[in-house]
Amino acid sequence: MKCGIYTCIIGMEYVLHIAILVGIYLILATGLNLIAGYAGLLSIAHAAFFGIGAYTAALMALNLHSPMVVNLACAVVLAGVTGAVVGGPSLRIRDDYFVVATFAFQVIVFNVLNNWVSFTGGPMGLPGIPQPSLFGWTISSHTAFLLLVGCCCVAVLWICQRIVHSPFGRVLKAIREDEVLAQCAGKNVAAYKVLVFMIGAAMAAVAGVLYAHYISFIDPTSFTVMESIFILSIVIIGGAGSPWGPVIGAVVLVTLPELLRFVGLPSAVAANVRQILYGAALVACMMWRPQGLLGQYTFQKGGSRQ
Amino acid sequence: MNAPLLEIDGLRKTFDGIFALDDFSCAVGKSEIVGLIGPNGAGKTTLFNVATGFLRPEHGQIAYKGHRLLGLPPYRISRAGVARTFQNLRLIRQISVLENVLLAFPAQPGERLGNVFFRWKTSRTTEAANRRSAMSLLGEAGLSEKAGDPAEALSYGQQKLLSLVCCLAAGAELLLLDEPVAGIAPAMIEKILTMIRDLPKQGRSVVIIEHNLEAVTQVCNRVIFMDAGRKISEGTPEQVRNDPRVIEAYID
Repeated sequence: MKCGIYTCIIGMEYVLHIAILVGIYLILATGLNLIAGYAGLLSIAHAAFFGIGAYTAALMALNLHSPMVVNLACAVVLAGVTGAVVGGPSLRIRDDYFVVATFAFQVIVFNVLNNWVSFTGGPMGLPGIPQPSLFGWTISSHTAFLLLVGCCCVAVLWICQRIVHSPFGRVLKAIREDEVLAQCAGKNVAAYKVLVFMIGAAMAAVAGVLYAHYISFIDPTSFTVMESIFILSIVIIGGAGSPWGPVIGAVVLVTLPELLRFVGLPSAVAANVRQILYGAALVACMMWRPQGLLGQYTFQKGGSRQ
Repeated sequence: MNAPLLEIDGLRKTFDGIFALDDFSCAVGKSEIVGLIGPNGAGKTTLFNVATGFLRPEHGQIAYKGHRLLGLPPYRISRAGVARTFQNLRLIRQISVLENVLLAFPAQPGERLGNVFFRWKTSRTTEAANRRSAMSLLGEAGLSEKAGDPAEALSYGQQKLLSLVCCLAAGAELLLLDEPVAGIAPAMIEKILTMIRDLPKQGRSVVIIEHNLEAVTQVCNRVIFMDAGRKISEGTPEQVRNDPRVIEAYID
């Protein structure tokens, strides 16, 4: 009997844990959806901004013992500024080259995190990140943390909604479809691209801060290019250019592999099966529903070049 | 003749040593419709690309209302009041007809990120006003029933009409129209030509590139014939049509 209650509590914790992860990936994917789905900039540097957010929060919490709100603000600003610095020059180059430029940035960030041992802890990572406290209330339980992540999700989704349904969002769609026409309509395309890149980066930093405080241990392997591609998969499978696409994408791609745990595969096999599953989901999506589960936009630029 | 709105002086542009524009000069007056004709590869579209900032010439000057245009990025030229359409038709196909027109309005407060969150009331008021004028422009063009459809659902002729409506929404004083009636049905040609003919009454000037000589004769006050980047002949449509140099160039 006692054993049954115990399992139930563990089970509850596990479900909450998955829900928190879904929330974090939802924030990441929403930011990338603005960049890739709305403005059409295929970036594979999103995990780098995720990492910048996480390491900013972790280092500040460990060294300065600053409250989470302050860490969050600093991480958002830092990621936004980095986004502008990286975005500025790389957005001058187009399509395929932009992907390469973001890849380069992603590799640089990973290497800094991995090799600057005295500052970031290198491959050993940063353990013991304290539990966050908000206005004197320490967030220690899974339920409380889920509430916090939920609030952040709502805020991020609200911002995204505001943007995409505004004239600003209309310009983003115009840039995605036809940059030349957007310029002819008097829109400063470069400025819009940098702005949206900054917003997306800042959203990734929010996810990073939450992740660092939640997991309480971070190391560079969480912020590799594979992670960037995973976030991009969420956007594409969920539906790029649709505000609710990343929500569905995050739910499906984060929970689906967890279901494998219950099939009873040995853990060594399960990890590989998970990778295969991602790959298969992406291929299936590209073949039968290239616009994603909820989207209207496929990653094909039809006649957009002069 | 009143002071020219657009003054082009001695433009030269080469692509791999071939002259697309060779010492080309011309002027467009206020409320004037100028036709630009010539064989394929004469440099007509290149002239538009230079004037709208997409290409840099090696030599020459362009003045619009007395301000230099060369060196400005395309979006600044557009904001100065120069709008264009494209030969191979550019529209944002996946958004609605109405939104295409809305996109063209200049200086929208809602396009600034800060206003999206903080001064959303101003943005919303302007957006509503723009929406009304967009609908009335679409009404005049006979496209109001299509306002909610995606732009790609329109016929080719309607799409050309829509891109003209977008230039009007932009409030441009100078419209550069690249083949506005090529490849569309006669009834639609009539409609577009009527719209173009009305533009000078609204104080707008137009430059039209067109192969359809009949259409050019109908709407243009003045015609420039170009060949190999050079101005061969200029005058009223009849003068240019009967110019022996023009006839010779067409026979070549």
